[in-house]
Amino acid sequence: MIPVAFDYERATSVEQALGLLAEHGDEAKLIAGGHSLLPLMKYRLAAPAVLVDIGRLEELSYIRDDGEELAIGALTRHCDVEHSDLVRSQVGLLAAATSEVGDPQVRHRGTIGGAMAHGDPASDLPAALIALRGSLIVDGPSGKRRVEADSFFTGFLETDLNDDEMLVEVRLPKMPNSTWSFQKFNRRAQDWAIVGSAVVVDQGICGVGLVNMDSRPIRATAVEEAIKNGSSVTEASELAADGCEPPADINAGIDYRCHLARVLTRRGLEESGR
Amino acid sequence: MQVTMIINGETVSHDVEPRTLLVHYIREQAALTGTNIGCDSSSCGACTIHVNGEAVKSCTMLAVQADGQEVTTIEGLADGDTLHPMQQAFHECHALQCGYCTPGMVMAAVSLLDENPQANEEEVREGLEGNLCRCTGYHNIVKAVLQAGSDQ
Repeated sequence: MIPVAFDYERATSVEQALGLLAEHGDEAKLIAGGHSLLPLMKYRLAAPAVLVDIGRLEELSYIRDDGEELAIGALTRHCDVEHSDLVRSQVGLLAAATSEVGDPQVRHRGTIGGAMAHGDPASDLPAALIALRGSLIVDGPSGKRRVEADSFFTGFLETDLNDDEMLVEVRLPKMPNSTWSFQKFNRRAQDWAIVGSAVVVDQGICGVGLVNMDSRPIRATAVEEAIKNGSSVTEASELAADGCEPPADINAGIDYRCHLARVLTRRGLEESGR
Repeated sequence: MQVTMIINGETVSHDVEPRTLLVHYIREQAALTGTNIGCDSSSCGACTIHVNGEAVKSCTMLAVQADGQEVTTIEGLADGDTLHPMQQAFHECHALQCGYCTPGMVMAAVSLLDENPQANEEEVREGLEGNLCRCTGYHNIVKAVLQAGSDQ
């Protein structure tokens, strides 16, 4: 399958990439690893007139210890996140979730920023970001701004990013002593999650993000509250699907997805030592 | 747009439309047809090649993204008539039936052992999750990769 024709621009700096976005508006799309965007373009679900290739902006590929937080450049590839000692020791949940993305070939190309900016509710990483209470740094014409994970994902494949903005960094609070679990249910290796549950427990506080349980990546607020108020794992996990509006498709209906969310969240809480 | 890349040690250069997929470029412009197209949606791994030494699916990459990069395809593995150790192991372990998945499977396996030379059976199975064999010949494929690993 061949995408619709487009003009190709290769950015050599963040500034230049932002300039190209400002020039072309909603006609333009950024491409990094291309593992979310290219399939959409091949299926002709996306047909940008201009493709701005930011894949060579080395300046956005890094994993840094930044005081209370870990800073990960938007162009850091999944394979680099997955194998990073810093990520493994400070935000183990993210390393675990990243190792579940696609397959090794996909992880050699896909980037953390691309996975976030795509805003797919079926994607593994946004749920982990929500559980970890991470935030995103967005650069644009009026400078940089910081967006919390909960307000970044706004709808199906929709985020808080404006057409003239670009995601440049992902920030996560360091949790060296946290316990965590990433539960992904699918039928075949490398498939997208039918449902997933990302659980982290740090200093008694628990974070739970759900994959594919709504039109956007979503927090299991009721579970977190119940744990905070002293409920048992069994009681708390029963609330995992509360308020969710999961999709029904060839893989699973709504009831089955809600069931999976409860079971996976229970397993995740148990594995996290709750 | 003019793209130039090194494929199997040789510099190649062509004028391509930006929307040209890397796998089409390799097969049609560079005339190297060892790389197969299977699902065309980054699921099956038949089109796996190496870019800068790492396995990627060439159906999900644009030729322009590979501009200036080093590409290795299945044709670039053997040294003249001497098969690459992974090809030799596939041959000896009968790790192919119809052979369609084989070029991608071999390229993925070489990349896997580059990253984890001591990979055990579980790691090999996990590491090849991005490659499908419709003959379901996985047992011998895994055997071949383990043999190539222990021969290193």
